[in-house]
Amino acid sequence: MCETCGCDAGTGAGGTARLTTLPAPDHEHGHGHGHGHTVTLDQKVLAHNDDLAGRNRAWLGERGIVALNVMSSPGSGKTTLLERTAADLSAGSPISVIEGDQETLLDARRLSAAGARTVQVNTGTGCHLDATMVARALAALEPPDGSTVFVENVGNLVCPALFDLGERARVVLMSVTEGADKPLKYPHMFRGADVLLLNKIDLLPHVDFDMTACRDAARRLRPGLRVLPVSATRGDGLAAWYDWLAETRRAPT
Amino acid sequence: MHELAVTESVIAAISTQLPDSRVAVVHLEIGRLSGVMPDAVRFCFALAGEGTCVEGARLDITQPEGVGDCANCGTSFPARDPLAVCPCGSADVTISGGADLMIKAVEVADDV
Repeated sequence: MCETCGCDAGTGAGGTARLTTLPAPDHEHGHGHGHGHTVTLDQKVLAHNDDLAGRNRAWLGERGIVALNVMSSPGSGKTTLLERTAADLSAGSPISVIEGDQETLLDARRLSAAGARTVQVNTGTGCHLDATMVARALAALEPPDGSTVFVENVGNLVCPALFDLGERARVVLMSVTEGADKPLKYPHMFRGADVLLLNKIDLLPHVDFDMTACRDAARRLRPGLRVLPVSATRGDGLAAWYDWLAETRRAPT
Repeated sequence: MHELAVTESVIAAISTQLPDSRVAVVHLEIGRLSGVMPDAVRFCFALAGEGTCVEGARLDITQPEGVGDCANCGTSFPARDPLAVCPCGSADVTISGGADLMIKAVEVADDV
């Protein structure tokens, strides 16, 4: 049924729909023939995905695994940040990665080389990961109890915002080369963020980027949002990122 | 374009609930702050509906307005965009309505 990933999403449980059959109104339909009746569904469109995300969350919770949904536009530095994070934190609790891209195994190879167990999900024409894909990837990944799983979503500031994957928190990344107006242009993504990383600050001397304006714009969408300036290549600010990770791991669910 | 996945979810949910029906009209609610474009859903609906119980069905879309709750003055007000500012001047606003995607109802043709 689902052309996004080829799953059989259409045949599973459809959430918590209430079915009420109402009597047909008198000649009040436009299909050009006979009679009909109205069936009230009052069902969330994404109920099936939300239901599966809830199952992922429960599965992860039972095992003490913390999953983080990492989202940004393509080229903001998600993979570089995760490479660096995996290398720096490998001595602590294990890190694994579900890597979402339309095509290729390039990122999975990079993360695997950095020491993270990695499963690559290629979405083909799909523009985001959904809860079904993550459930399959978790089954293949078999992350150890008490570990951390980063879900690197498909590079896209629009579509991934809509799909709950069962994560503990949403990490949104943008780079200073993208411009400070990104939160205003892509409000849905930034409104859902639990932390915002501003990457590539080593390039600040070469670009026109207003850090304060960007932070203010993001906080208009998400009051109180934690904003962490970092350079994933040079290492600036990563201590604060690792502190946030440790805090999030400790936080009660 | 997430509207394709959204539309497929609509069709999958209806096909699951009403597997043997022929659907004449689908009533959808797409909140103005949901991040989903009704026109793109209409475009996808015609294509993704082929060969399913909603093939040829009419799509009726309503778009509830956004609602913002102000943390400063405690009132709710109509929010035109996700960056809405409360009439009291505060930008400390949580969106509490107009972000939902709902399948409200379907009209099923009773073949004689």
